[in-house]
Amino acid sequence: MEILIVVLIGVLFSVATYLILTKSLFRVVLGTVLISHGAHLLILTMGGLGGESAPLLGEDASSYTDPLPQALILTAIVISFGMTALLLVMTYRTYKVHQTDDLDKLRGRSDE
Amino acid sequence: MSALHIAIIVPFLLALIVPLLYNKIPKVHTGWFVLILPTILFAYLISFIPTLSAGEVVVRKLAWVPSLGINFDIHLDGLSLLFGLLITGIGALVVLYSIFYLTKKGEALHNFYFYLLMFMGAMLGVVLSGNLMVMYVFWELTSLSSSLLIGYWHHREKSRYGAQKSMLITVTGGFAMLAGFALLYVMTGTFTITEIITQADVVAASNLFIPAMLLILMGAFTKSAQFPFHIWLPDAMEAPTPVSAYLHSATMVKMGIYLVARLSPVFSGAPEWFWIVSGVGLFTLLWGSFNAVRQTDLKSILAYSTISQLGMLMSMLGVGSAAAYYGYEAGYTAATVAAIFHLINHSTFKGSLFMVAGIIDHETGTRDIRKLGGLMTFMPITFTISIIGAFSMAGIYPFNGFLSKEMFLDTMLNATEIADFNMQTFGILFPVVAWVASVFTFIYCMILVFKPFTGKYQPEKLDKKPHEAPIGMLIPPIILASLVVLFGFFPNILSDSIIEPAVQAIYPASLTGVENFDIHISAWHGIDYSPLHMTIGIIIIGTLMYLTLSKWQKVYQYLRLHQKDPVNYVYDFLLEKLVVVAAKITNIQITGLLRDYFVYMYVFLLGLTFYTMYRFDAFAIDTTNVAPIPLYVWFVVAVVAAAVIAVPFINNRVVAIISVGFVGFLVSLFYVLFRAPDLALTQLLVETVTTALFLLCFYHLPELRKENFKPSFKWVNVIISVGVGALVTVMALSALSFGNKKPFESISQYYIDNAHDLGGGDNIVNVILVDFRGLDTMLEILVLGIAALGVVTLIKLRMSGKEDV
Repeated sequence: MEILIVVLIGVLFSVATYLILTKSLFRVVLGTVLISHGAHLLILTMGGLGGESAPLLGEDASSYTDPLPQALILTAIVISFGMTALLLVMTYRTYKVHQTDDLDKLRGRSDE
Repeated sequence: MSALHIAIIVPFLLALIVPLLYNKIPKVHTGWFVLILPTILFAYLISFIPTLSAGEVVVRKLAWVPSLGINFDIHLDGLSLLFGLLITGIGALVVLYSIFYLTKKGEALHNFYFYLLMFMGAMLGVVLSGNLMVMYVFWELTSLSSSLLIGYWHHREKSRYGAQKSMLITVTGGFAMLAGFALLYVMTGTFTITEIITQADVVAASNLFIPAMLLILMGAFTKSAQFPFHIWLPDAMEAPTPVSAYLHSATMVKMGIYLVARLSPVFSGAPEWFWIVSGVGLFTLLWGSFNAVRQTDLKSILAYSTISQLGMLMSMLGVGSAAAYYGYEAGYTAATVAAIFHLINHSTFKGSLFMVAGIIDHETGTRDIRKLGGLMTFMPITFTISIIGAFSMAGIYPFNGFLSKEMFLDTMLNATEIADFNMQTFGILFPVVAWVASVFTFIYCMILVFKPFTGKYQPEKLDKKPHEAPIGMLIPPIILASLVVLFGFFPNILSDSIIEPAVQAIYPASLTGVENFDIHISAWHGIDYSPLHMTIGIIIIGTLMYLTLSKWQKVYQYLRLHQKDPVNYVYDFLLEKLVVVAAKITNIQITGLLRDYFVYMYVFLLGLTFYTMYRFDAFAIDTTNVAPIPLYVWFVVAVVAAAVIAVPFINNRVVAIISVGFVGFLVSLFYVLFRAPDLALTQLLVETVTTALFLLCFYHLPELRKENFKPSFKWVNVIISVGVGALVTVMALSALSFGNKKPFESISQYYIDNAHDLGGGDNIVNVILVDFRGLDTMLEILVLGIAALGVVTLIKLRMSGKEDV
């Protein structure tokens, strides 16, 4: 299973990279959202996908899935959420001020 | 801290007080306060002569950075004392001269004397330091203060150009020298000069000998204006004349000579040292004297003449190094004696000549020899001084220049008798070059004296009516000219007290074992003395050439030398290209497009990682320990992949938002499948909020257009994207398989075992978040708070009346 998920993560990273390289600011933000999904899944996969039960002691299972990557991902999700929100509002603001989200046109001032 | 340390530091301290004196006591010319210091220092240094004549060396230690071997040690021997006396003695005269040269009104005297004192302290530091690193610090301080002094009239463009040029060239050389010192440290393990000298055989045997030698010589040659680094010196003539007289003739430009002499015991004896030092010296001598003749500005003539004389000193030191090779035979040691003697002489006559040029400039308003003429009747004293100085430089009896020129020619003739270093083939060049250069020296000396002072007086070309300079301005050159005459008639008054300790400092071994190394400079060697015949030839040919100057001066135009020194073209070209090429590189590289920077980063990342993995053969796939794949997982993976791949092709913002949201919800499904309930919950909530946020902004978000890249860009993007995906996959797979090969126990078992007992909870993930690793959570909350503040600020804040950013 790990191999399949790792390949899926590769696809996520590929598409996210492609989006980051585009000229539309909005697509760049979408790219960051996808790349964080990829990163989170990667952390989970690298921790191992085996284990019988969710990390809840009440389950009384013989083996639990690794709780540490889950804690790490939980932190990462929240942080990437904050980042996404901020980036989105920045896109919004850039668009309001400059009336474009084309990065090709957002290249500093002419008098620089 | 000894009195000698204080002697170095005092100029800096006085420099700090100078602006105060300038402001508080405006009635007295600030120079008078400054004058006291070099006079006292001169007297103080004189007091060391008896000690040093007895063959002793004064050493004072002061720890500075002992752990690195960098100590403010003072090493006062004959060579240091000679330079110390020059610095303080001529310093005092120059200060006196500057008091009359620079007026109280309209000149920023506090700046001038501040720089000058800083320079003086730095120079004393260079010559008295016994530690290479400390010497380097002071060395760079002299470069800095020299630049400040050249740019003293900073409203003139030429001054700024000259200051920049001297700074760039001397600092480049200084930096090379620092590298050379570092190599010496690598070889010997010490920065103390005397200790390096005792390990000279270690240095000579090392592979680093040649690099260290070249780097250190680079420092010496840039500072002492040797070809091709001489170009800064003529441009440094934009400085006020006292500065030119002090820095650019008598003291600073001799730092390179000092360095070569100081490190001669380490490097001399090697053929490379002999050839580079004497070869460069001789060429500089010829080049400087040849170019001096075509100059029309008095100070430019003097600048090229300084270059030429410095080359002469350098060549004598080079030939002197043969003495070390031959076990200090007296014949070759004489070259070093000649160098030291000429060093003293040059300082005296060149200082006086610069002062004369300054007087002419000051009293007539121009330094152009084409405008000057017939000043003899207006300025008899100046004329006399100038005759003494110029005749001495030309090498005419009875002045001191005559003696040192004879010794120089003798040295060069002796050099032909050296049997090694390929001298059988090239040795004859030495006296020939020396003789030709001496002829040109003679010619420009005559120009210097006769063009301004004799000939036709042209009042219409002058701004002022010329008259004799004030007495205060005449005293310093008179003193120097008297010394010229004094040393000319009584050359031996210095030999025991100054020259002998100096030679001993350069070649300590040369005097040991020789009981009566008695330096005796003789004015008359008999009629059969061959340098005398050469001198007579110089005078005859030189006179003839001076008289026919206008006829053959066209040769400079044929050689295309009539405008500026050809090396200057190289310098200007390099400096210009440096700016242009740097701007070009910046324009190519810094495009302002986010995509380009990401391309650089990704290409580098991919290249570096793939190469590293290839280099260490890190590609591996391992299927052991892999969980089986249920059928529904295949299905979910396929759907996610399809949704993800679709995103770049979507040109509608709602569809794009929904598609990305869909991916997010399916990721939370993965968390469910992989037994991570808390993650699934959070992901579900966050995805909902994110999607809601996207949709809230929906109307304000830009329309999505189809991406229209250049085709080449598009393919680069695709290749990079696929590469990044492949990189992540390959790295993850390799990591998994290497993890299987060398498994180690996870720390998670600790959390599982102790979550209940220590954390008091059964949800292990939550216990980790708030108990075991609570700090992460706290800071994550902070991140969220900052993001929220950022969002609010971005939406709410408007700069009223200013640009809305």
